[in-house]
Amino acid sequence: MTKKDKSKKYINPYLGGVLLGLVLIAANFISGRGLGASGAVKSSVVTVVDAVAPSHVESSDFYSSYKETHPTPMKSWLVFEVLGMIVGGFISGTIAGRLKLKVEHNPRITSRRRLLFALGGGILFGLGSQIGRGCTSGSALSGMAIFSVGGIVTMMAIFATAFAFARLFRKNWV
Amino acid sequence: MGPLIVNDIISPDTNLLMAFIIGIGFGWVLESSGFSSSKKLAGLFYGYDTVVLKVFFTAGLTAMIGLLFMSLFGWIDLDLVYINPTYLTSAVVGGLIMGLGFIMGGFCPGTSMCAAAIGKIDAMVFIGGLFLGVLIFTEGYPLIEKMYMANFKGYPRLSEVFNISDGLMALLFIVMALAAFWLAERFEKKTPAPEY
Repeated sequence: MTKKDKSKKYINPYLGGVLLGLVLIAANFISGRGLGASGAVKSSVVTVVDAVAPSHVESSDFYSSYKETHPTPMKSWLVFEVLGMIVGGFISGTIAGRLKLKVEHNPRITSRRRLLFALGGGILFGLGSQIGRGCTSGSALSGMAIFSVGGIVTMMAIFATAFAFARLFRKNWV
Repeated sequence: MGPLIVNDIISPDTNLLMAFIIGIGFGWVLESSGFSSSKKLAGLFYGYDTVVLKVFFTAGLTAMIGLLFMSLFGWIDLDLVYINPTYLTSAVVGGLIMGLGFIMGGFCPGTSMCAAAIGKIDAMVFIGGLFLGVLIFTEGYPLIEKMYMANFKGYPRLSEVFNISDGLMALLFIVMALAAFWLAERFEKKTPAPEY
């Protein structure tokens, strides 16, 4: 019974979709761009590498050209947007009573296994988002809204691959 | 009129403030739709919870239709909006790797931020993974540069590829999405969600 009560607190998915669409329209109307997430991780990684190993950044073509086009990587649209996301998620979770420090996992697997797969999945998603020039937000969702061929191709590749490999990881989820 | 930043109606610093506010809306909607739970996100791929598909496509359609009407009314110049470039090879390769990461990790970057914000430790570990994955890319860039830059097609939009109007393209998307919603609702009813 408590499980049912919990899921009731989520808003209707179609309403959620319309609201998310309005947020995406606002991003395009105000800032002339779509939403994103992985780009903020890239800014942070470049900033950390620059602080830890400045000579390495100097000698690498990739880092130095990134720094040339982004002289202040942390003062970027996506970094501010992602900070907002964390605040927005926290407010929503607080209002709905969902704040809780925990590892969410299927009881059929250990939390250690869940965390290992979360780490592996994160590494792959981080790498893939850079190769694909954006993740589910920046490439797939924002790209689809403006009919970008690259975004739509990436979107189809993401979902098709996840469906194709679902059987392999079934034990983790079902 | 729009985009406001491109037409110098707001300053770059105001734009960053707006990014923060837009982010709050983004995170709020994701969290309250259930995207802070990997169980709900992974549910799409087993059919027991299709909230991802419903929210994702409703959002895409809303923005698509909204932007088309706003452009029709002259409120926004879509030629000034950023269009993602199309590098076919890397779009597919990146998507494949992300899809595998999605089914393994149960999050995507945006949803992991929201989940971490409400205390999900699995999401925090996923974010740690994101940093490592991005670092692998930035360090390994010389090795994959050729593939990363291959098959550049410019900035095509799907309506241009099919040589149809934006409105007709949007209509096709609406029809596809309605079919997908119908299928999703059917599967979801038939598939019991795991209890946890």
